[in-house]
Amino acid sequence: MTAEQVVFILAAIVTLGSALGMVTTRSVFVGALWMVAVFGGVAALFILLGAGFLGIVQILVYIGAIAVLILFAIMLTPRVMGDPQAPRYNRQWPLVAVMASALASLLVALVLRTDWPVAQEGTPTIAGFAVELGKGFMTTYILPFEVASVLLLVALIGAIVIAREE
Amino acid sequence: MEALDRIFIRIGEAFSAFLAQYLPGPAVTVIGMFLSAIIISTFAALTFMLLTWLERKFVGRMQDRIGPNRVGPFGLLQPIADAIKMFTKELITPAGAHKVVYNLAPILVVAPALMIFAVIPFGRDMVAADLDVGVLYLIALSSATEVAILMAGWASRNKFSLLGAMRAVAQMLSYEVPLVLILLTLVLMAGSMRLADIVAVQGVPFALLQPVAFVIFVVAAAAELNRTPFDIPEAESELVAGYHTEYGGMKFGLFMMAEFIAAFGMAALVTTVFLGGWRPWIVPLPSWLWFLIKTYLVLFVFIWFRGTFPRLRIDQLQAFCWKFLVPVTLVNVIVTGVVVTFFPLVRNGELVVRGVGGWITVTAVYLAVNVLFALVVAWLYRRPTLQAMQQIQVGQPAGRGLSREVQTA
Amino acid sequence: MSSVPLSWYLIVAALLFSIGAYGALARRNAIGILMGIELMLNAVNINLVAFWRYIEVTGLAGQLFAVIVITVAAAEAAVALALILAIYRTRDTVNVEEIDLLKW
Repeated sequence: MTAEQVVFILAAIVTLGSALGMVTTRSVFVGALWMVAVFGGVAALFILLGAGFLGIVQILVYIGAIAVLILFAIMLTPRVMGDPQAPRYNRQWPLVAVMASALASLLVALVLRTDWPVAQEGTPTIAGFAVELGKGFMTTYILPFEVASVLLLVALIGAIVIAREE
Repeated sequence: MEALDRIFIRIGEAFSAFLAQYLPGPAVTVIGMFLSAIIISTFAALTFMLLTWLERKFVGRMQDRIGPNRVGPFGLLQPIADAIKMFTKELITPAGAHKVVYNLAPILVVAPALMIFAVIPFGRDMVAADLDVGVLYLIALSSATEVAILMAGWASRNKFSLLGAMRAVAQMLSYEVPLVLILLTLVLMAGSMRLADIVAVQGVPFALLQPVAFVIFVVAAAAELNRTPFDIPEAESELVAGYHTEYGGMKFGLFMMAEFIAAFGMAALVTTVFLGGWRPWIVPLPSWLWFLIKTYLVLFVFIWFRGTFPRLRIDQLQAFCWKFLVPVTLVNVIVTGVVVTFFPLVRNGELVVRGVGGWITVTAVYLAVNVLFALVVAWLYRRPTLQAMQQIQVGQPAGRGLSREVQTA
Repeated sequence: MSSVPLSWYLIVAALLFSIGAYGALARRNAIGILMGIELMLNAVNINLVAFWRYIEVTGLAGQLFAVIVITVAAAEAAVALALILAIYRTRDTVNVEEIDLLKW
């Protein structure tokens, strides 16, 4: 077993274990903390894949913005979040559990049976990838970039309008 | 001179060569990385101790007191006495607290603060991990701290902790925006997010090319660090001690440590991106010595702030950020973008400014644009505008809204 | 070539997606549902980056797409949390089973 495999398995265990912790824990706040661990594990997977820039963006946006926002929202709604007796699942949860495991086994089986056309060439040129990404956004992929920025703007204004107190 | 400049690199090389006689290559690399991590952490802890002493001494002098003077010469051993006190105190976990989260929070708050040191160029070629996205890495770390603060506030099960944590995170999130926008401006000018590259292009310190951004950055940095006059999250007279109210002994010490190390890291960042990093100014001292001198200069300014200004209210603080700092820095990005197009410092990773004349031209252009920009801003934000702004009531002041939510809990 | 096969990454992503789907469908709490959705988006991102790394490493599309997904996730979280806070204010609950105004 190579060092890379060991790191991968550790990152995968952190990611999946925390994900399980997130969906099973009773307290939503602790669940959100597990979610932070999942994001960290996914960032580690990105870095392992040679996408260091994306790994840091993952930490910045998911942990720094989304997770903090979620934790904040939980703290702003203490009456419902603080109730330890509240059941965590709805009535359909056994059915959902069965379906989720079925989906998982189906996907894993598909992944294992497919012959992926893996390219044989060497490692990516990591140095300066952020520059390439920026150039890509400004040339070939300018339309998705612009659409995403408009979406962000709309979401920003929409969120302010919705959450604003009268 | 040359030898003194590279002394730490030489020591490191000599040590690796010594180890290589006995151990295989990969083991030497691993041990070397491990040792540099230990050295940097020790350096951080020593910095923390020195900073507590400096801060108390300076603030004492500013308030016409003497400051610590009992333990050791000039009270220099005071931090050690404090450390002994903290280590020997009983470690308590409050009965209502969520035990795991409560005890994890102080560790998670220190870790990102220590990780700042990995990318800071302390001197010529003296950087532990020269990431090509160094600036982004630093911002990511500062946002990771926020999660730890929320954990501390929530797990303590104390309304002062909860309120303090929410105030702290609201403030840090808000002030991150101008910080990131200013860093973006500088990245535009330097053409790279690698901190070593940003230092390399500063033939003239960026503080001269971007004085407005520099001033705003120092102010926003003080707010990001929750330091006076922006220490609303731990305002003693309102919130006991903010999010670390329920922490005692060394757990509290870890929060203090994170705070002071983050202050040092922020000062180091200001030095790196605005004051030319390790580049010597006139007097040819070793590069790492220049770096430390500049960083402590910035730290002195932070302490000076603390000795001078009274605390703001939270709605004033947020209004200052969102109605003033964010628009100004946002427009500054655009203005600088235009200037960079016509007077680039860097093209395709190569410095294009040549000679003293070139630097004088570039400095004059950037400085003129920035001063003009500052005058326009000052004109736009003249008294009638500010008065009109105060008329607009955007919801409630954040502080009241939050406390009502918590009281109903 | 990397010593970790592509299928390992895909399996991790598949499992993460399923766990996220379970969280999104079984939780009673609106914020819990949002968290499940974020997990699913993360799983998609692992797949995108893994395909970029193993199949089209010279191109940009995989990472670019992942950046767009992250952007959309951020926008989605902001709007969803704003909605949840608005509902909490008027209905005093974030339990999706009690938010049934549209059934009337």
